[in-house]
Amino acid sequence: MENEKKKSVIDWVWDLFASVKFAVVIFTVIALTSMVGTIVEQNVEPEKNLKVLAKMFGESAAPTLYGILDKLGFMDMYHSWWFVTFLLLFAANLVICSLDRLPRILKHVKEKIHPMSEEYIERMSIRKTVSIKGKPAGLTEQAAAAIGKIGFRPGRSETEKGVQFYAEKGNFTRLGVYITHLSILVILSGAIIGVYFGFGAFLNLPEGQTTSVAYTNRGTEVPLGFEVRCDNFEVDYYGETDMPKAYKSWLTVFKNGKEVAHKVISVNDPLTYEGITFYQSSFGSLPDAMDRGVVVLNLVSRDGKNEQVNTRVGGTFTMPGTAVTGKITNFSPALSFDESGRPFTYDQNVSNPAIYVEFSGEGGKPFAGWIFKRFPQTWNLPDGSRVEFKDFWGVQYTGLQVRRDPGVLLVYLGCIFMAIGLYITFFMSHKRLWVSLVEEKGSTKVLIGATANKNRASFEKDIEKLAGLLDEARKGGK
Amino acid sequence: MSGSASSVFFGLTTMAYILAMVLYIGYLAFRKKAIGLVATAVTIAGFVSQTLAILLRWKDFYDIGQMGWLRAVPLTNLYESLIFFVWCLILAYLVIEYKYKTRTFGAFITPVAALVLGFIDLSGMSKNIQPLVPALQSNWLLAHVMMSFISYSMFAVSFSTGLMYLIVRTEKRSEPAYIFWTVMLSIFIIVLCAMGLDYLTFKLSVKSQEELIKSFLFKATFRSSSSGVAVASYAIAAGLTFVIWRFGGVLKRLVTGFNMSAETLDEITYRSIAMGFPIFTLGGLIFGAIWADQAWGKYWTWDPKETWSLITWFFYAFYLHSRLMRGWRGKKVAMVAVLGFIAVIFTYLGVNLLLSGLHSYGSQ
Repeated sequence: MENEKKKSVIDWVWDLFASVKFAVVIFTVIALTSMVGTIVEQNVEPEKNLKVLAKMFGESAAPTLYGILDKLGFMDMYHSWWFVTFLLLFAANLVICSLDRLPRILKHVKEKIHPMSEEYIERMSIRKTVSIKGKPAGLTEQAAAAIGKIGFRPGRSETEKGVQFYAEKGNFTRLGVYITHLSILVILSGAIIGVYFGFGAFLNLPEGQTTSVAYTNRGTEVPLGFEVRCDNFEVDYYGETDMPKAYKSWLTVFKNGKEVAHKVISVNDPLTYEGITFYQSSFGSLPDAMDRGVVVLNLVSRDGKNEQVNTRVGGTFTMPGTAVTGKITNFSPALSFDESGRPFTYDQNVSNPAIYVEFSGEGGKPFAGWIFKRFPQTWNLPDGSRVEFKDFWGVQYTGLQVRRDPGVLLVYLGCIFMAIGLYITFFMSHKRLWVSLVEEKGSTKVLIGATANKNRASFEKDIEKLAGLLDEARKGGK
Repeated sequence: MSGSASSVFFGLTTMAYILAMVLYIGYLAFRKKAIGLVATAVTIAGFVSQTLAILLRWKDFYDIGQMGWLRAVPLTNLYESLIFFVWCLILAYLVIEYKYKTRTFGAFITPVAALVLGFIDLSGMSKNIQPLVPALQSNWLLAHVMMSFISYSMFAVSFSTGLMYLIVRTEKRSEPAYIFWTVMLSIFIIVLCAMGLDYLTFKLSVKSQEELIKSFLFKATFRSSSSGVAVASYAIAAGLTFVIWRFGGVLKRLVTGFNMSAETLDEITYRSIAMGFPIFTLGGLIFGAIWADQAWGKYWTWDPKETWSLITWFFYAFYLHSRLMRGWRGKKVAMVAVLGFIAVIFTYLGVNLLLSGLHSYGSQ
């Protein structure tokens, strides 16, 4: 379109932002710059990226290049001012191109279908002609029924030579693209709310301890507004391997000294209290706490009497109903035996704890041996009694991610919008059809014309079906 | 046991797809209908056998994991995901063969399937059933991974039809689109050959596929410690590119000889992207974000896998929007479709093998 009038700057900017060309330029810019951040590791110590750069561009060029990239914000590029600007331009483009096109599209949506001349119908992208014996007046009922059968409710108008039916479906589907575009804006606004009003922190909480703060990556304290205690932490393993199958923390929340919530959390199953969510993320052992760790044993005597005792490494216990005593003289957080059968500790984590117990008293031979928490077959003693190693408590911490993100609901809402918008955009269409019954030499010419703005092939099938139904009507309507 | 039963079926599948590849190429060369029928029959047989193999593996996984059917889906490592990718690709191909009544694509799709399965066997990647780490134990696993791979195979189809479209539509050797497709095809072949040489040279000195790619990528050719070998590699690569550029017309005659109209190719490219894009957005990006939110409390962290998914998403958004622009229909959009799939390959394999991140468990 050649416009004689000189465009003002505002018009020029508006047209630029409303153009598809600008959209694809923004897509390209975001896509290409994003690639850099996947190669240069984000938010890590400089040495790591210096090594990567040295590998790619040589030792001598790496420090200079690092300096330049660092100044440009590439070490935390997704939060740099220029990347955020790209995202904002993307958002502005979405808003303006939608506003620019919306009036025209709304007109399309609101516009009611009306009868068409025969010549016009004959020029439509989908058309079909059927000839049926009998006058149009005798066929109108069948024609209306047939159109109803393929899912349309037709309007009717009398023409000079007969009758015309017209119907449409899915006007609103023209808005699908706008729902999709809007959803992106909703997601972006949710993300912004998350950045400004939320926080992300972590917490390494030892078994048995209580805290009222979490810590950011920089080490600053974030007050929670309540207290949380880790009552217990457990890891389940796959069979006899050291591959964790699940890890769980028993958390209790206190507010003003009163217990208000309790949950066993695991990976993929967090605890939320007052908008703050605790995610199971990692775990570890506390080497300094090993001596103070509580060894929980369930003692079962030969005649079935059992008793639970809590003791420590170095502590003693007495088997119920007997004078046999056991003393824990050694301990390993992860015990294994080498080829010659000598015990050794293979890991500092508490992945396979074992205690060495020396028994004495009540005649018999003195017995001593290793008892493993994970292997019940080591719990049986030669005299038929059993020492069940239930827990080694207070020696591990649970690693929790602690987050508050008030924007996440908006993000989810945006995701739902996007799914709906995409479905409408790609799998539905605005379909219109006209069926004209015209008297021609004593019989009726049925002229079908139809259009669809998308997915024409599937609509063509419907029209075939409609023609077939009308053909049947001829046989029935004799 | 069923464990070995599933590997027997996988073996049968590989053989069927290799045979189908030979038959489809034979069909393309001799144009005998009987050959085409046999090719389709063999492909369907391979597909059925592969379906059985996947189901058996699913059952094995269920028996080992004891965590319910939904979490026992065999899609948790590179081996399983490649198998599922091939399965989707063959399914998509069979649908196209049925809908468009043409077998020409067979000669382009079955080699991809055979190549992937051959790559699995040659590379000796771990085929063991591995128990799930806690982060993967989620009901989102099934939806997220399955939909991602369905969309990947859609994009693979659009890649091959886009490339064929460019082959058919380009005339002059000086045309940018002609140079584009010949260079793309050359890079594809050169990278495959170079990786094959890496494997043959270093397979004895490495423990895992991951290590091979991480430390020895192109070490046998372009990055060889002997500068002579490196220079020769570049020379050979340049020579190969030149040959493909010079004799690209032969491919064009082969494809056009089978009355594949450019319009049909363009339509299939568009339709597979129009199917793949929403599935990728929902299953890959949205479900992935929801899962990440539930597992780690962060729906988006800009880790390499996420970022590359977004890059891929922008490429295909570019494709869909560029069709609306004047002067972009045809060759230019076909080039975008081809580039889009390169982003897919990088999202799928490149990130796991070359970069690190939360998704790195997929690299075993």
